[in-house]
Amino acid sequence: MTAESGPLRQTSLYAEHKRLGGRLVPFAGWEMPIQYAGIVEEHQAVRTAAGLFDVSHMGEIELRGEHASAVVDYLVTGDAAGLDDGKALYTCACNERGRILDDLIVYRIARDAFLIVCNAGNRDKISAHFRRAAEDHCEFEDRSDKTALLALQGPRALDILALAGREAAACADLKSFHFRDAVVANVHTTVARTGYTGEDGAEIFCAWDDAPHLFRTLLELGQSKGLQPIGLGARDTLRLEACLALYGNDIDETTNPFEAGLGRIVKMDKPLFIGKEALAKVQQAGTPRKFVGFEMTGRGIARHGYPLCDPQGRPIGTCTSGGPSPTLGKNIGLGYVPAELAAVGTPLQADCRGKLVGAVVVKKPFYKRNRGTA
Amino acid sequence: MSEKLEVRDGLLYTRDHEWTSSKADGMEVGITAFAVDQLGDITLVNIDLKVGDTVAAGKTFGTIESVKTLSDLFSPVSGKVVKINGELETKPELVNEDCYGKGWMIVIQPSDAGEKDKLLSPAAYRDLLKSVAH
Repeated sequence: MTAESGPLRQTSLYAEHKRLGGRLVPFAGWEMPIQYAGIVEEHQAVRTAAGLFDVSHMGEIELRGEHASAVVDYLVTGDAAGLDDGKALYTCACNERGRILDDLIVYRIARDAFLIVCNAGNRDKISAHFRRAAEDHCEFEDRSDKTALLALQGPRALDILALAGREAAACADLKSFHFRDAVVANVHTTVARTGYTGEDGAEIFCAWDDAPHLFRTLLELGQSKGLQPIGLGARDTLRLEACLALYGNDIDETTNPFEAGLGRIVKMDKPLFIGKEALAKVQQAGTPRKFVGFEMTGRGIARHGYPLCDPQGRPIGTCTSGGPSPTLGKNIGLGYVPAELAAVGTPLQADCRGKLVGAVVVKKPFYKRNRGTA
Repeated sequence: MSEKLEVRDGLLYTRDHEWTSSKADGMEVGITAFAVDQLGDITLVNIDLKVGDTVAAGKTFGTIESVKTLSDLFSPVSGKVVKINGELETKPELVNEDCYGKGWMIVIQPSDAGEKDKLLSPAAYRDLLKSVAH
């Protein structure tokens, strides 16, 4: 995460967070709730019922015009040009060296209109990058300051959404990574079947000032179904269990999508996109390091930045994310290790501030929701 | 918020949010309700010293891990470790549940009785909490 200076910004839900007893901390230049009731309790609520997150700090950029499709397609590694209207795509933007500038979700609003959602900490960088590429080709608008974003996640998320009106209820029919405009609790929104928790659910875009009403109404409607407000702390433990990369921790401008296990979001058969040449070389040569999941076998927790070592204690890699997994009751982590030490079952050690603690490579993701009919 | 967190009378406090209390065999040490509240759900308590080891005031005697983060544990006084709460090894949640009681961590036989004067009284510690809260 880039260091930020100046006063912290607040989302339109700041007063709601205060009212709910949220603990506010600085995050990517914003004052955001890290927790309300407690990280573990909130984590369990999302896994077993539902949670509501304020992610209004994320950046939203719109590109419109005849050539918008070509511009977006040139900027991201995925097949944006081939995306159907009303569909979203998880992808990333790379630099010429094939390193990751940010991971993004691209939404195709219409043939000639795209919405791009980027990480809060990368907003200025990505906004400038897209603005430059759009120049003389299509319209560009950074709508981040006008756009609030709520995430409603968990096995009961869609049932709760359905209580917020006829159009809201119809969103249950959307497939994963599809979106539509819908009036939710009398607020004009765009509802997308996306998220960052490993659970089913939706992300809801609305006008900045409409968010408090929407947030309060959803919390009221969901109360009897166990809906809770969720802070960034549980957002992190949830995404870690689901092995969803966190920009600034697991991926950054030193990593390429292939070594980060994101090869699926790189479409090498596209004629042209930024980073393609460099990535073709990476793909051809293979990646000397791989992004793995591991479980601690000894007493300790590997955290971001801790060295990973082989069983002889020689440093061989780095932990990029780590912490307790409330769902599994184990301490888990993600990190980069040499390809020859990446196989499931390979013993590792984590250098926890000078203390070597045993770990073992395990299958990713740590947590996968049951996609039954529940 | 922090005003509601218990600061127990009869104990002495550090600026790093440890408490200490005089017992028959030495100074019992733990972390305060404020520290517990800041840490959240505690998952591991690691005492890096053994009984018989010495520690200096202000130096770390271990670490505490919560879901959120890892924190150092600082010794309020200098001296010899005479007791360690082994129960925390398997039940770190005792610190969440009862930080001034069953969540105690170590007992130190102080080597410098004068050091106690540098610690904060409950009133002084309450003032410190007020200043961090606002």
